[in-house]
Amino acid sequence: MLIATAIGIAVNRDLLSVVMLSSIYGLLSANFFVTMDAVDVAFTEAAVGAGISPLLMFTTMAIVGRYEKLPHRWSLSALVLVSITGALLLVATMDMPAFGAPDAPAQQHVAPRYIEQSGQEVGIPNIVTSVLATYRGFDTFGEVTVIFTAGVGVLSLLMVGDRATKPLSSHLLKASQHKILRIVSKVLIAPILLFALYVQFHGDYGPGGGFQAGVIFAAAIIVYTMLFGLDSARQVIDQAWVRVMAAVGVLLYGAVGVVSMVNGGNFLDYDVLAKDPLHGQHYGIIVIELGVGITVAAVMVLIYFSFAGRLVDRGHQDD
Amino acid sequence: MLSHLPILQVILPLLAAPSCLILGRPALAWGFSFATSAAAMLISMLLLQQVWLEGPISYFLGGWEAPWGIEYCIDLLNAFLLLIVSSLSTVVLAGTRQSVAAEVEPNKQTLFYVSWLLCLAGLLGILATGDAFNVFVFLEVSSLSTYTLISLGRDRKALWASYQYLIVGTIGATFILIGIGLMYMMTGTLNMQDLAQRLPVVADTRTVFAAYAFVIVGVCLKLALFPLHLWLPNAYAYAPSAVTAFLAATATKVAVYLLIRFSFTVFGADFGAMDIPLHQLFIALGLIAVFSASLVAILQIDIKRAIAYSSVAQIGYMIIGLGLGSAAGLQATLLHLFNHALMKGALFMSLAAVALRMGSTRLDDLAGLSQRMPLTAMAFVLGGLSLIGVPLTVGFISKWYLVIATLEMGMWPVAVLILVGSLLAVMYIWRVVEVMYFRDPPASSQVSEAPVSVLLPLWLLVVANIYFGIDTALPVSVTADAAQALLGWGK
Repeated sequence: MLIATAIGIAVNRDLLSVVMLSSIYGLLSANFFVTMDAVDVAFTEAAVGAGISPLLMFTTMAIVGRYEKLPHRWSLSALVLVSITGALLLVATMDMPAFGAPDAPAQQHVAPRYIEQSGQEVGIPNIVTSVLATYRGFDTFGEVTVIFTAGVGVLSLLMVGDRATKPLSSHLLKASQHKILRIVSKVLIAPILLFALYVQFHGDYGPGGGFQAGVIFAAAIIVYTMLFGLDSARQVIDQAWVRVMAAVGVLLYGAVGVVSMVNGGNFLDYDVLAKDPLHGQHYGIIVIELGVGITVAAVMVLIYFSFAGRLVDRGHQDD
Repeated sequence: MLSHLPILQVILPLLAAPSCLILGRPALAWGFSFATSAAAMLISMLLLQQVWLEGPISYFLGGWEAPWGIEYCIDLLNAFLLLIVSSLSTVVLAGTRQSVAAEVEPNKQTLFYVSWLLCLAGLLGILATGDAFNVFVFLEVSSLSTYTLISLGRDRKALWASYQYLIVGTIGATFILIGIGLMYMMTGTLNMQDLAQRLPVVADTRTVFAAYAFVIVGVCLKLALFPLHLWLPNAYAYAPSAVTAFLAATATKVAVYLLIRFSFTVFGADFGAMDIPLHQLFIALGLIAVFSASLVAILQIDIKRAIAYSSVAQIGYMIIGLGLGSAAGLQATLLHLFNHALMKGALFMSLAAVALRMGSTRLDDLAGLSQRMPLTAMAFVLGGLSLIGVPLTVGFISKWYLVIATLEMGMWPVAVLILVGSLLAVMYIWRVVEVMYFRDPPASSQVSEAPVSVLLPLWLLVVANIYFGIDTALPVSVTADAAQALLGWGK
C-alpha cells in the first residue's frame, strides 16, 4: 500500500489528490511504525505526516493553484540515478541483520543500558523519552533549533511588511460559510487543545512529548483560523507574540543547559538541577519538553499565518 | 569555565540567534551578532591553544559518557577549522552592515542576522561534535539557515538559486542520514571514535559499503565536488554579497572537513582503497573540477559568478590533496582550507564593496574602477594574486605544498596539471584587472570609495593573505600535526 500510494503521488497531476495521498502515506507509515513497535515515531508521523503537513500544503495550494503547469516528461538520467540509488539500498539490505534479531549490533551495544538502567538513572517509564530528552538531549536541542530555523526561513520569505491595520476579510476560505463545519469544529477545538496538553505532560509515561503536543496544539489553532478567518485568529493570538514564543521555546531549552552548567554539571546535565539526581532529571525533562512544545507550536502557527497572510494579500489585490 | 569551552563554542551563537529575534531592531541585531561572533572567535582561539598544548579535549553532553550520550571531541583538526569559521564570520560580519542595509529589505534584516547566527552555530556544531548523528542535526541547522540567507538576495533569481540548493542539499543530507543509519545498524553506536573501533569488524559487509557510499556521495554534494557542483555558482552569484563571502570562506570548508572526518577518522585511512579506486577517482575529479570550472569562470560576464566558479576549481585542489592519501597531501588540503578561506573572503568582500557602491558586479560596469575605488580595486588584485598562487601570498604556500606532495608520490603529470590550472586562474583574474585598471570610467559615474567600515575588515583579510604567505609557522605546524594525527588514528 505504501508503494502504491507513492506511485500515485508521483504520477498524479492534480495537486489536491497528491496532498490527500501524501496524507494517506503519512498515516500508512504511522501504522507501519506501530507494527514495528515504534509507537513514539508512529505518533509523530501521524501528527506531522498525516496532520499538519497536508494542512500546510493545502494552504500553499490555495496560493499557487491546483494543477501542475509543467508538461509531463521523463528524464532518462534521473531514472538511471534513482535506479542506482535504489539498487545500492537493496544491496545494503542483503547483509543487514534480520529484523528484530536479538543479536543484531543495534540491540547489543548501546541499547541495553538504555533499557536496563534508564529506570534508575532517569527514573521515567518511557525509555524513548529518556533517550530523546537526556541521553541524547543535545540532538533534541539541535532539532528544536532546526524547527526554529525553518520558521525563520519561512518568515523571511513570506513576510510582507505590517498589515495589522488592513480591514478585516472574513471570507478567507470558503469553509467559513459551512455551518456544520463551524459547529463541529467549535466542539472539537477545545478537546484537541486539551489533548495536546495531555500529550505534552504525559510524554514521560506513554508515547508523546513536546514535538507531538506542539504539532497538535498548532493544528487546533490552524483549524480555527481556517474556519473563522485569519483576522479573528490574530485577535486572539498576535503574530509578533508568536514570533517571540518561537524564540522563547529554544531559549527555555538552552536555559536548562546553562543552569546545569552553572550548577557545576555539563551542558544539559539534569542531575545537578535538584538535590536528588532523579528529581533533577524530572525537572529537566519537563522543562525542555515544554520548550520543545512551545517552539514547535509557535513555528507551525507562524508558518501558517505567513502563508495565510499571503492569501489575504492576494484577496485584497483581487478585490 | 574553561572546561566548558567546547560547548560554549556552539551554544553561544545558538542561543544568541533566538535572542536576536527578540531584540528586533536591525542595527541592534548587527551589533549583537558581531559581538557573538567575536566571542566565538575568542573561544576558538582558546580552544586551539588548549588542544595544541594539552592534546584532544572531550566533553560529555548531559554528563553521559561517550557511546551512550553525545560527545564533543576537539582535536587539532577541528580546533583549526573552528578558528577559520568563527574568525571569517567575525571579519565578514564586521564589514557587512552597509552591504546588508543596501541589499536586504529593511523588515528582513533582523531575520538575516538571526539566520547568520544560526548558520554559524550549525557550522561550528558540525565541526565540534564527535557524534555522527549530531553532525546531521547541525548540518540541518546550517543548511536551512543557508537557504534562507541565499534567498534574501536582491535579485529574484536568488529564490530559484536557493530552491535549487535546497533540493540538492536535502538530497545530500538524506544520503548522509541513510549512511549514518546503516552504520548504526551494523555497529549499534553513533559515536565517531566508537564507530572507528567497531566498523573494521563488519567492514566486509555490503551494508557498511553502502553506508560508506551514501555518506561520501552525500558529503560531496554538500561540498560541490565536480560533477555535483551545479548548485554552487547560482547560489553564490545571487546571494547577498556578505553571505557569499561568508559561505565561500566557511561552508564548503566544513563539508571538506566532514569528508576528511568520515573517510579518515570514522572509516579509517585505508578503508576506501578496498573495493573502488577512490583515491584515483578523487584526483581525477579534482583535476576535472580545476579545469572545467576555471574555463567556465573565464567566460563569465558577472565577476561574482566567475569567482564562484573559481571556488569549484579550488575545491578541486583540496580534493586532489585528499586523493593523494599521504600525510603531505592531507596537509596540503588542510593548508588550502585555511588559505582559500582567506583569499575567497578577501575577493568576495571586495566584490561586496563594489556591489555596495556600483550596485552591480558585471564586468562591463567595473570599467576604470581603480580610479574611483582604488583601495577596493587593489584589494581585489591582491586577493586575485593570492588565488593564482603568486609567491609571498598564501595561495603560493598551498600550491607549493600540493605540488611537493604530488611529486613525493611520483605523480608529476598531476603536478604539471596543477600548475597549468593556475594559469587559467591568471586569465580570469586578468580580465578583471584589465577592465578595472586600463579602461576609462564612464564620465557620468559619481562613485566614491567604499566606507571605512567595509575597507577595514577587507584589508585585514588582504593583509592576512600576505602575512600568512610569509610567516607560515602557525598554519603549517598545526596542519602538519593534524594530518599526522589523522593518519595515525586511522591505523
